Amino acid sequence: MTTSDRRVDRPSSRVLDVNGLSVTFGAGAGIVRAVQSLDLQLDRGETLAIVGESGSGKSVTSLALMRLVEYGGGTITEGTMHLHRANGQSIDLRHASDEAMRSMRGAELSMIFQEPMTSLNPVFTVGSQLTEAILLHQPGDSSSATAIAIRILDQVRIPDAKAMMGRYPHELSGGMRQRVMIAMALSCKPSVLIADEPTTALDVTIQAQILQLIHSLQKEMNMGVIFITHDMGVVAEVADRVMVMRHGKVVEHNDVYSLFANPTHLYTKTLLAAVPKLGSMRGTHEPMRFDLPLQEGDADRARPEVRHVKHSERSAEGVHTSPVILSVKDLVTRFDIRGGIFSRVIKRVHAVEQVSFDLHEGETLSLVGESGCGKTTTGRSLISLAKITSGQILFAGKPIVQSSASSLRELRRNVQFVFQDPFASLNPRMRIGECIKEPLIIQGLAQGAEADRRVAELMERVGLDPATIHRWPHEFSGGQRQRICIARALSVNPKVLIADEAVSALDVSIRAQIVNLLIDLQDDLGISYLFISHDMAVVERVSHRVAVMYLGQIVELGPRNAIFEHPQHPYTRKLMAAVPIADPKMRRARNLELSEIPSPARALNDLPVVAPLVQVGEGHFVAQHKIGGIY
Amino acid sequence: MGKFFRFLLRHPTVAVGGTLLLALILMAVFAPWIVSKDPMALSPIHRARVPSDQFLFGTDLLGRDVFARVVYGARVSLIVGFTVAFLSAVIGTIIGLTSGFVRWVDAIVMRIMDGLMSIPTILLAIALIALTRASLENVIIAITIAEVPRVVRLVRGLALSLREQPYVEAAIAAGASPVRVVFKHIFPNTIAALTVQTTYICGLAILAEASLSFIGAGVPPSIPSWGNIMAEGRALWQIKPHMIAFPAVFLSITILSINMLGDGLRDAIDPRMAKRI
Repeated sequence: MTTSDRRVDRPSSRVLDVNGLSVTFGAGAGIVRAVQSLDLQLDRGETLAIVGESGSGKSVTSLALMRLVEYGGGTITEGTMHLHRANGQSIDLRHASDEAMRSMRGAELSMIFQEPMTSLNPVFTVGSQLTEAILLHQPGDSSSATAIAIRILDQVRIPDAKAMMGRYPHELSGGMRQRVMIAMALSCKPSVLIADEPTTALDVTIQAQILQLIHSLQKEMNMGVIFITHDMGVVAEVADRVMVMRHGKVVEHNDVYSLFANPTHLYTKTLLAAVPKLGSMRGTHEPMRFDLPLQEGDADRARPEVRHVKHSERSAEGVHTSPVILSVKDLVTRFDIRGGIFSRVIKRVHAVEQVSFDLHEGETLSLVGESGCGKTTTGRSLISLAKITSGQILFAGKPIVQSSASSLRELRRNVQFVFQDPFASLNPRMRIGECIKEPLIIQGLAQGAEADRRVAELMERVGLDPATIHRWPHEFSGGQRQRICIARALSVNPKVLIADEAVSALDVSIRAQIVNLLIDLQDDLGISYLFISHDMAVVERVSHRVAVMYLGQIVELGPRNAIFEHPQHPYTRKLMAAVPIADPKMRRARNLELSEIPSPARALNDLPVVAPLVQVGEGHFVAQHKIGGIY
Repeated sequence: MGKFFRFLLRHPTVAVGGTLLLALILMAVFAPWIVSKDPMALSPIHRARVPSDQFLFGTDLLGRDVFARVVYGARVSLIVGFTVAFLSAVIGTIIGLTSGFVRWVDAIVMRIMDGLMSIPTILLAIALIALTRASLENVIIAITIAEVPRVVRLVRGLALSLREQPYVEAAIAAGASPVRVVFKHIFPNTIAALTVQTTYICGLAILAEASLSFIGAGVPPSIPSWGNIMAEGRALWQIKPHMIAFPAVFLSITILSINMLGDGLRDAIDPRMAKRI
């Protein structure tokens, strides 16, 4: 709270003054103090980022400002929230009547929510939702509202705004929906825009577009923006000032440059340390653990930082020389889309198109790309969770036959899978000991006391207390559950672990701990990872090699250094450029481009052209397209 | 034990419904100790008496003691209710899980279930009874056949959504056989919803039996059941309403207690409801 009064010299542009705000949920013994005496100031044209992990009170703060927190059962117990309106009036939002709040919500205070998929009403057209918002707060009839709506859609860079007015939300992609949400929020030129994780659910290239859009609209309209996020990379990209929240309290408050240069609070340091910095790993071929100053609980015990034992062998360029453990040749996976009266196949989704790669022992190969690029389907095809259309999968030189039960059993003993959502991937009706033990029992590798001993050993190995073996999954946090999932996958001593977005659903500091755990396990056990992720910064940390996928094809494959430092394929370059860099000094000017990933669904006879991979460096391959630069 | 009482305290509908139902069950089980009179004993001298000290609930047209008949009638109602609920839960779960997992079975089974559900329960039961002869077993079988589709639909729907859960995929990825997946991962997660559905079926079955017996298509007249007690009182209901009123009140209390139990359990089991407290 050292610099909370730094902007007092510019009171004329002040729009929001919050003093001593406290919000509680529940009452009596079960009372939760979600926000405790929070101070907050916001000027016009300024972006304040509120950072924190789940449960830190950052979203509750924004809901309190909108006075929406009461609908969720919260109570504002203390403090004042003064909004300085455009007409010179100053209103305490805490005591404003419901009617006054309704007239200000959308007009002076606007909000964008995280989930663009659910924040638009599916039964109304974009146009009718937009004009409704405009007619509520502005004089005029429906034709003038339509004109304003089209202008605002133009402003959020939606092509062919007129046609967009008649579309329904389900016809739009996530990025387009978020643009519509922004258009709606900005339709009445609010003084304050609250953006609650507006890009978290979006792909990284789309995220870059939306961040840029909010930024330029803020300039055009001279708004104050409160940007709520957990991603320090995004903070570095957009914020002027940063407030770090933890357990409902502001632990650090500073301008963005000072905060990134000299974080003072331990928690801020942890958050910053846990953010992978793209480009911070030049000159090394090996994965690197995060250096975490703040250890929570016994989750991540102190481990020696320097490791000499390497199971993997590699040449100077980082190319693996150890034997190939899993080999994929021309893998094709397509899904039928059926329709019509006789449910005939009308279209096919070309999820994976002629993908080939080798995974070496003790190596991490990352599959990266944006949603719909086929990276998850590739992983699922490998363990036969998805039926492959053609192609060959060889484990330790032996081909896997998807229709043979014994072949699959053997494959599943050696190749294990960790899923994205740690809350859904554990059976809620099985104690965690049983969960971890299950693969052992299924594979007939251990029983009774021996299996129990193995479970205890695994739990210890992944940083869980073996005494908690009889607990239920719901008694654990997200990070702990992901540890349980990893222990379960490791129980059969697999040679390969496929981690499908295994850290994406976790908070930043927990994510770093799990990444560290995976790296340690690889060093100790010599296990190979197929690491499927959209998060380029994490990928840089964990991988030896990286494969970039686009529309079901691998467009670039090579050692991590080569991919990150000398990306060749235009799509890889675009992906790299879109990743937010966790350093405010490296902010880049971006052009407001608007591109979408095309759909992988194709008509029956329309087969995609698969570009051959051409070698450009040692172990570095790039798709060679007939028409240069088009991808 | 303390945990159990705390649970009841937090869910008063479960406590009230459960207590009422327990009392009715005890009444049915200990019927011979509660009433000294034979529910079948005819006594033409005491025909159609109104309630009095001698005949607590009065007598019917043949002079049988209505109180004794109502207490014994609880046996039929509860036996039908619980047996139908149990049978339809078991049969429905087996069929539901199978059709949730085997595609070609699903297509056939669900069309049959759609067909069964398009006929009103009572009508279907009457038709089935008409094909056989009236007996307690046939009534139970008829109502079970009519109620099974509800369970099948529920379990199949749950199975279809549960099989897409990552933990099910995790088990498949670990090499689990379909049988193991169904019994270890799918079935235990359907129990909560199944319990609630079963209590409703119990109530519906009791009502269906009473309706069948009332129109003479249910249990034979030799067994006293709330339905046929009411049927016998039908002729005189305007001047001697007690013959119909007492069994009707017991029927209502039974259905009410079962529904309260079902509602309470639904709220207690649903974690979203639990969070509100």
